[in-house]
Amino acid sequence: MIVPIEDSPRRTDPRSFAVRAISMLGQLVLPILFGAFAILDEGDLGDLALYFVPLVLVAVGANMAFAYLRWQRLTYTVGEADIRVESGILSRAARSVPYERIQDVSLEQKPVPRLFGLVEVKFETGAGGGDDLALTYLTQGEGERLRELVRARRDGTVVASDSTVTVEADSGRLLFAMSPKRVVTFGLFEFSLAVVAVVAGLAQQFDFLLPFEVWDWRAWREQLAAPGQWLAGLGFLAQVLGVVVAIGSLALVGVATGVIRTVLREWNFRLERTDKGLRRRRGLLTRTDLVMPVHRVQALRLRTGFLRRLFGWHALKVVSLASDSGSANHEAVPFAQMDEIAPVVAETGFALPATDLDWDRAMPAYRVDGFLLGFAVTLLISAIALAFGRWELALIPPILGGGWMALHEYLDWRWSRYALDRDQLYARRGWLAPSLTISSRHKLQSAEIIRNPLARLRGYADLHFGLAGGNFRMRGLPLARAQAIRDAVLASMGERDFSEVVETSGSRPEAH
Amino acid sequence: MDAADDLTPLDPAYKSLMRVQLAIVAAVLLVAASIAEVAIPGWTGAVWIPALLVAAYALIRVPLRRYHARGYALAGERLRVVRGVIFRKDTVVPFGRVQHIDVGQGPLERFFHLATLTVHTAGTHNASVALPGLKHDTAVAMREDIRTAIRRDTR
Repeated sequence: MIVPIEDSPRRTDPRSFAVRAISMLGQLVLPILFGAFAILDEGDLGDLALYFVPLVLVAVGANMAFAYLRWQRLTYTVGEADIRVESGILSRAARSVPYERIQDVSLEQKPVPRLFGLVEVKFETGAGGGDDLALTYLTQGEGERLRELVRARRDGTVVASDSTVTVEADSGRLLFAMSPKRVVTFGLFEFSLAVVAVVAGLAQQFDFLLPFEVWDWRAWREQLAAPGQWLAGLGFLAQVLGVVVAIGSLALVGVATGVIRTVLREWNFRLERTDKGLRRRRGLLTRTDLVMPVHRVQALRLRTGFLRRLFGWHALKVVSLASDSGSANHEAVPFAQMDEIAPVVAETGFALPATDLDWDRAMPAYRVDGFLLGFAVTLLISAIALAFGRWELALIPPILGGGWMALHEYLDWRWSRYALDRDQLYARRGWLAPSLTISSRHKLQSAEIIRNPLARLRGYADLHFGLAGGNFRMRGLPLARAQAIRDAVLASMGERDFSEVVETSGSRPEAH
Repeated sequence: MDAADDLTPLDPAYKSLMRVQLAIVAAVLLVAASIAEVAIPGWTGAVWIPALLVAAYALIRVPLRRYHARGYALAGERLRVVRGVIFRKDTVVPFGRVQHIDVGQGPLERFFHLATLTVHTAGTHNASVALPGLKHDTAVAMREDIRTAIRRDTR
């Protein structure tokens, strides 16, 4: 497909006007109607309506006119070196974004624009504060064309003389996709305790709306006892049953919300390898389309949950400069088995840790100190309890808290570990829901050794690396080891310049 | 290995700068202590004497300890900044990772002919590393060094 590059200003799609009107209907007209009901509630209906209806019409009309003017006055120009957007009715604002500064172009389809086949085109510049350039709304074709064009321009592959650029449509190679069954399974694991808490709280607040008393066990017993007289005799059992039913219904709400949210977000998930990067499309009502340029990937994060680990489910997230701004979730593979994730990892130019890697653990002294510090806090609480003369309460924090902390520090010592090989750094963290961060030795920004007084006394150190879009830490390493790792990493950092690491699409080292 | 192996110490005037800065804080503290002392009937000195001790410590010991805890090295195309009395931080930024460089001078620093050199990286952690207490000329020279190194790298 050959697309000419124009230098003339263009307007957004006229139908975006319709989208505005519909969303305004929701924002303006409905509140007015509600307000009207509140006012007109008391008498003098005809009189008030006489004043009220014109008022509404004027408000709607003014807004429409304003929206039209705004649409008419907003133009964008795809220039030689930048994209320019001019907007404003009275005061004109012109903004120019050079192609080199555009990290990513994402297309987002919210439900209403989707009806019209329109997309919101966002140019992610990595600027903080969500101050990215966005065009609302363009046709899907125009959005995709702009994206291809920006990418081609940025990488300097445009033949400027004849002002055309070749755009290949949908040349992606499928890396990973989620079937409806997989999405629902995913949803089951997305059980949200927060939602359950909110629902439980609401049930308590609004229990007068329910046909029965949720928190009244006697009422529950009556309800349960009603069908068969035999239940009434089992007073205690019925109470237990009531609790089970209450908890069960809350759990059901939690699971249902998890599934619904996941289905909305992840429906028809597709991850493709295009020649520019990883292209991800997902969503049921709001369909998002995001491209993560492979050469901008700074690190990978492999996570799992404490339940999903038992079933081998993992998630793969990409750390890049664009993810710093938090405008888009850079989850490349949200829910998959390791053998499905491995090819995607290879595609990003990174590699999973080799099986014979030498892992470093934190020094036992670091873990012991962590335990002792925590234990000191529990002793302090005990001392307060003792001061109030409650010696039986004073026993609880050291025994329970101390036991838990000892277990946690021991398991964390066993599970958290760090390694480096020729090209990459690895950090495994946590034992309940372990995560693995893989970072390239060449793509780090700075290195820092931090030692608190205790660490100086006991001879360990924390090692923090600066990473574009994330952080990478190794805790509690022996000082000499931390220094050795830092020196080794600094040596490989020196080999390549920043501009090769983040900015250009230059060659990357081959993964081993 | 806390020793300042091959670190360059900061300019000695930095000690005076820190003294002036701390003197301002100490003055505020002493004024507050004096007010408290007046409020308490009878000149007990229960507030004033501890405040005076803290102020004296801040003026005499703190600048020295801080000064000796800090240092930098500019070797092998890397900037190394060491700081912290209690929490020791030892940061290294390779020239190749520097995004841009600031040389800043506050009013007090200008009086002492000092400057603060700040290098910015793209990292989320340690996005900027500041090195205070340099002679202004040294800071400018260091900035030029780093800049030419970057330009050579990028070509």
